Amino acid sequence: MSFLSTLFPAYAEIFLLVMVSAILIVDLFLTNPNKTVTYALVQLTLLGCSMITVSTHQHGVVYLFHNMFVDDLMSDVLKMLSYLSVSMMLVYSRNYLMVRGLFTGEFMALTLFALLGMMVMISASHFLTLYLGLELLSLSLYAMVALQRDSAIATEAAMKYFILGALASGLLLYGMSMFYGATGTLEVAAVSDAITHGVPNKALLVFGLVFVVSGLAFKLGAVPFHMWVPDVYHGAPTAMTMLIGTAPKLAAFAFVMRILVEGLQPLMVHWSGMLVILAVLSIAVGNITAIAQTNLKRMLAYSTISHMGFLLLGVLSGGIDGYGAAMFYAAVYVLMSLGGFGMIMLLSREGFEADTLNDYKGLNQRSPWLAFVMLLLMFSMAGVPPMVGFYAKFSVLSAVVNAGHIPLAVIAVLFSLIGAFYYLRIVKLMYFDAPESHVPISIQPDSGLLISMNGLAVLALGIMPGTFMSVCAVAVQQSLLLH
Amino acid sequence: MSFDTLVFYLLAALTVFAALRVITARNPVHAALFLVLAFFSTAGIWMLLEAEFLAITLVLVYVGAVMVLFLFVVMMLDINLVQLREGFWRWFPFGVVLAAIMVFEMVWVLGSRQTVETGAQVAKHAADYSNTKELGRLIYTEYVYPFELAAVVLLVAIVAAIALSLRHRRDSKSQDVAKQVAVRREDRVRIVSVPSGKKAGPGIED
Repeated sequence: MSFLSTLFPAYAEIFLLVMVSAILIVDLFLTNPNKTVTYALVQLTLLGCSMITVSTHQHGVVYLFHNMFVDDLMSDVLKMLSYLSVSMMLVYSRNYLMVRGLFTGEFMALTLFALLGMMVMISASHFLTLYLGLELLSLSLYAMVALQRDSAIATEAAMKYFILGALASGLLLYGMSMFYGATGTLEVAAVSDAITHGVPNKALLVFGLVFVVSGLAFKLGAVPFHMWVPDVYHGAPTAMTMLIGTAPKLAAFAFVMRILVEGLQPLMVHWSGMLVILAVLSIAVGNITAIAQTNLKRMLAYSTISHMGFLLLGVLSGGIDGYGAAMFYAAVYVLMSLGGFGMIMLLSREGFEADTLNDYKGLNQRSPWLAFVMLLLMFSMAGVPPMVGFYAKFSVLSAVVNAGHIPLAVIAVLFSLIGAFYYLRIVKLMYFDAPESHVPISIQPDSGLLISMNGLAVLALGIMPGTFMSVCAVAVQQSLLLH
Repeated sequence: MSFDTLVFYLLAALTVFAALRVITARNPVHAALFLVLAFFSTAGIWMLLEAEFLAITLVLVYVGAVMVLFLFVVMMLDINLVQLREGFWRWFPFGVVLAAIMVFEMVWVLGSRQTVETGAQVAKHAADYSNTKELGRLIYTEYVYPFELAAVVLLVAIVAAIALSLRHRRDSKSQDVAKQVAVRREDRVRIVSVPSGKKAGPGIED
C-alpha cells in the first residue's frame, strides 16, 4: 500500500492506461457496429480521469519517479482542459465517423493513447519523458490520420505528417543531446541550475537550442516549419483534424513551457529572439495565406498557424502576464477550433463533406441557429470584442506591450485586421448569399446541444473572462514559482 | 596520442567512410552492407566509451536482426535504379550549395568560440564495473517511468499496425476449419425433384 500511495499524483495516468488496455480487449468481444458500449466506456474513463485529477490535486509542486514527473496546478488545469476537449471531440465526431465506417474500437483506443501522451507531456519534468510523451501522442495521431485507408488524400496526409513529424523529433532529440552533453543531466530543473551556476559550454547550448526550437516550431506548426499543417488538416478525416488541432496544442504549450521556460530560462535572451521571428512570420503568413483558401479546413489550418504565432508572442514576453496570457490563449483557441471543426462535421453527411466555403452560403436560411453559432465562433476567432477571442488577443498584446515590444504588438494587430477579413467573409456568405443546396440539415441531439453550448461558451467567457484568466495566471505562477 | 585516441580516430574515419558509401553506393544491397559496417564501427566507439551493453545490442539487434530483414526487403523489391536516380544531376548543384551554406554556418557558429574542451565530464570506472548490470538496475528503478512509457509506445505501434493493415477481404479464399467441420448435409446437398416422363420440350416426339 505504501508503494501505491507514493504514486498518488500519477493516479490519473495509471487509471487511463489501465482503462485503455481494458477497452482494447473489451472492444474485441463487442459485435455492435455502433460501438455504443465502447463509446460509453471511453466517456466514463474521461470522467473518471477528471475526477481523479481533481481529487489528487495537491498544493505546490510535487515531483515523482526521480524527478521525471511533476504535478502542479498548471499541469492539472491543462489536463482537465484536455479531457474536456477530447470528450467534446468524441461527441462531435461520433456520427460523422459512424457513417464513414471509421468509428471503431481502434479509433477510440488511439484517441485515449494520444491523450495519455499529452498528459505525459504536460506532467514531464525530464527531457526523456517529454520526448516519450510527444512520441506517444504523435504516433497515435499518425495512425489515426491514416485510418481512412480508402482515401488517397488521407493516406498522403498521414505520410507527410509522419515523415515531417519524424524529422522534427530528430531535430528535437539532437538538440536535447547537446544539452545533455553540455550540462550532464536531462532533468529540466537540473539543466536550468547547471546553466545558471556552472557556466558550461555556452556555444554548445545555443547550438542545441536552435535544434530544440526548430523541433518545437515543427510540432506547433509555426512558420517556416508549417508546411505540413494545411495538407494534414485538409487530408485527414475532419474528426482526426479536430483531434490534431485541439488538445495537442495544450500539450504543446506545456512542452514549450517546460523546455524553454523551466529548463532554459537562463538562455531566454537567445530563445526569445528566435521566437520573435517565428511568431511574426506565423502571424503574417498564416493570416495572408488564409485569405486565398476556398476550403474551410485549409483556412482553419492557416488560421491555426497565425494563432500559434500569437501563443508564441505570449511566451516570449515572459513573466506571469505573458505565460498566463499564452495559456489562456491556448485554451481559448482549443474551444474555438472545437466549434469550428464541429460545425464542419455537423453539416457533413454520408458521402458529403461541408468543407468548402460555398457550402456555407445562405446557411442562415437553412438553419438560423447554426448560422448564429458559427457567427459567434468566427467573430471570436477574428477577435471581435464581446467574444473571448478578443480578450485572448488583448491579454497577449498587453503582455507584449508591457514587456516593451511595441513594434511586435503593432505588427500583430495589423495582421489580425487582415485576418479578420477571411473570418468575416464566412459570416457574409452565411447571411447575405443564397444557399447553393437545399438539403435539410439533420443534427444528432447530442452534438447539436454541444455546439450550442460551445458557441455560447465563447460568448459567455468573453463577457466574463476574469475567473478563467486568473486561474491561468495563478497556475503559471504556482508552477513556475514566479513572484 | 594515446592508444585510445588512435583507435577512436580509426573507427570514426571508418564510420564516416561507411556512412558516405551508404548514400553513394549504386547498388542498394551494397548500401545496406555499408550501413552494417557503419553500425559495427559505431559499436566499437561505444566500446571505447565503456558502454559495452549498447555496443553489444547494436551489433545483435541492428546488425543481426534489423539489417538482415532490411536486406531481405531490398532483395525482394524490384527497385528501379534509373527511376530513383532521375533528376539527381539536375538538383545536384542546388543540394551542394545548400549543404555548403549549412557547413559554413555550423563552422562559423561553433568555430568562433572555444568549443573544444566541452561540457560535462564523465567519471571513469574500474575494470570490473559492469555497464550492463548498471543499466539493468537503473532501468527498473530510477528510469521505470520512461521504461513503461516506451512499452506503451510499442503497444500503440502494434495497435496502429494492426488497425492499418488488417483488412477483411470478402474475396479471400482462406479456410475456416470450424465451419468446414460443422457443415451439415443440408447445407451442401440440395435434392431437386426432376419431373420424369413428361415432355422435355416441344418437337422431337413426333
